[in-house]
Amino acid sequence: MSKTSAMRAAFAGLLFAIALPIGAATGGALQQSDVDISNKASLQRGAQVFFNYCASCHSAQYMRYSRLIPDLNLTEEQVQQNLNFLRDPLDATQPLKIGELIRPSMSKAQGERWFGKAPPDLTLTARYKHGGADWIYTFLKSYYLDPTRPSGWNNSLFLNTAMPNPLWEYQGTQLPIVKTHKDAAGTSHSEITGFKSAVGGTLSEADYDGMARDVATFMEYLAEPAALQREKYGVWVMLYLLLLCGVTYLLKNEYWKDVH
Amino acid sequence: MADERITANFPGVAGSLVNWVDQRLPVVDFWNKHIGRYYAPKNFNIFYFFGSLAMLVLVNQIVTGIWLAMHYKPSAAEAFASVEFIMRDVEWGYLIRLMHSTGASALFIVVYLHMFRALLYGSYQKPRELIWVLGMLIYLALMAEAFLGYVLPWGNMSLWGAQVIISLFGAVPVIGNELTEWIRGDFVVGDATINRFFSLHVVALPIAILGLVVIHLAALHEVGSNNPDGNDIKKFKDETGKPLDGIAFHPYYTVKDLWGASVFLLLFFFVIFFAPHFGGLFLEWDNFAIADAMVTPEHIKPVWYFTPYYAMLRAIPEKLLGVIVMGGAVMILFLVPWLDRSPVRSMRYRPTLSKVLLALFVISFVVLGYLGMQPGSTVQTWIARGFTFFYFAFFITMPFWTTMGRFKPVPERVTMHE
Repeated sequence: MSKTSAMRAAFAGLLFAIALPIGAATGGALQQSDVDISNKASLQRGAQVFFNYCASCHSAQYMRYSRLIPDLNLTEEQVQQNLNFLRDPLDATQPLKIGELIRPSMSKAQGERWFGKAPPDLTLTARYKHGGADWIYTFLKSYYLDPTRPSGWNNSLFLNTAMPNPLWEYQGTQLPIVKTHKDAAGTSHSEITGFKSAVGGTLSEADYDGMARDVATFMEYLAEPAALQREKYGVWVMLYLLLLCGVTYLLKNEYWKDVH
Repeated sequence: MADERITANFPGVAGSLVNWVDQRLPVVDFWNKHIGRYYAPKNFNIFYFFGSLAMLVLVNQIVTGIWLAMHYKPSAAEAFASVEFIMRDVEWGYLIRLMHSTGASALFIVVYLHMFRALLYGSYQKPRELIWVLGMLIYLALMAEAFLGYVLPWGNMSLWGAQVIISLFGAVPVIGNELTEWIRGDFVVGDATINRFFSLHVVALPIAILGLVVIHLAALHEVGSNNPDGNDIKKFKDETGKPLDGIAFHPYYTVKDLWGASVFLLLFFFVIFFAPHFGGLFLEWDNFAIADAMVTPEHIKPVWYFTPYYAMLRAIPEKLLGVIVMGGAVMILFLVPWLDRSPVRSMRYRPTLSKVLLALFVISFVVLGYLGMQPGSTVQTWIARGFTFFYFAFFITMPFWTTMGRFKPVPERVTMHE
């Protein structure tokens, strides 16, 4: 366990007491993603899936490609060849410049025409969806076949989402397990309690969970790249302030020893 | 006109410079009056850290605010992206921004504890009524400042929070609608609103707050600090006129506050570096989505420090009455120095009844704060009504219960508990 994760664990207890009522209010059982943005391999795998499957339609308009180089331990060539699929508008033989903001391959108008609404920007999804990375992780695992939807897909976490399952080749298709129960007034309610596999994908269930976790990890990082720095520097700041507390305490005692 | 003031007479080159200034500006007098020979009671406890800490956080807000304003764009089209630009592309921008956002919550935490200290030790009683009133004005200005600042990142809760709060002015009879338009500068919360809120947030209110802090301290230093025993240290002085139970603010309280500040900074920076969103309490989930007039957040609520009043507003089914109750809950605090009729200041020597009621008041404020964050079910609304009733009853009946019961004798001299 690194120093930062120890810090986080120590804080988790305190935060839990405060966050619990907030989490409870948001409803919907989220699955725990256990993301760790300090895991570079997970970040790199997540970025690969993100740029190949998400960034075709979604922008990440507050984030620059160049930021990925130091944060994900990549070279400029690796980013330009494997993650940036756009062309420089002034020179189509060249990829979009490394310092540009992350744009989708698809236009807004195309998104509106094809899906009914333009796909939202994904930079801050891990921040504005209650539950953050857990929400993304659960979302990617909650797709099921629904012939009543235009795309043939639905999602139990985000009902009637316009987006079909982008990772279906990997996950395969699944069908919902629906439980119907009657309340006191005799009205029946149905809810999705789980899924059963219809057609298997190219990944096992455990491997697909890993892929969803990698995407959630990358998107958690994407929402606040500075989190990598602040957790690193934070440890040193804490140590410095602990020292300062000790020194100022001794200083205070020195001055106060003649006060009775 | 004869100059009767004896000016400084320090030796040496540096001393002569001080002497030169002191002949033209009474810096030495000022230092002595407010720091060097300001005698504070020697028995201050933990509750007496929060005044200096409030100053520290205020300075933090001003300094980080200056740097944020160098990169922030006060327009509906650019504000949200400019905050993300600060978080990503500005050197150390994320730290400056998180110090400012965490500082807002930290300021309210220390101010609430500072106010609780006054309630606990009767610090607002004669002759310190004006200090309390000035402090309340600072609190009001801070609430306005915090609300304006919350709108600036132009997240979706910024927009809808502003929408809800500004619409409250619509409850004013006759001129309500025109008043809300005048505040917004438009028919809807938009570009004109964010631009003027920026102006008020970075110019008007900081000036007002700083001015109020100066006279809050001037009034304090005129009458002297209260202490946990609530007695008067000026009654017993030595032959030089120094109170026997008083110690010079410098170096005693400067070094003690330095220690308090270090401990505070340890906690403050822990939050900044490891939990700046604080589970959605300090930076809310919904405010990371850009303002969108077409998408109403599932549950509109203010930041935690306003939620006790917000719970009261929602507990009242009629809009104008709700606004009056919410406003009244803040305004009634101004009257505390005259509502409290207790013959002793400190809770230490007050009857059990007073202690119990103060504890219940704190509980009601915290519970209302919690309820203000919740969606507000029927049961919750009724609980909020109960606590709102208690909140007002606490103050309205204060002239009676503060005189009831058996008071303990107040010691002549301060007591040390160490």
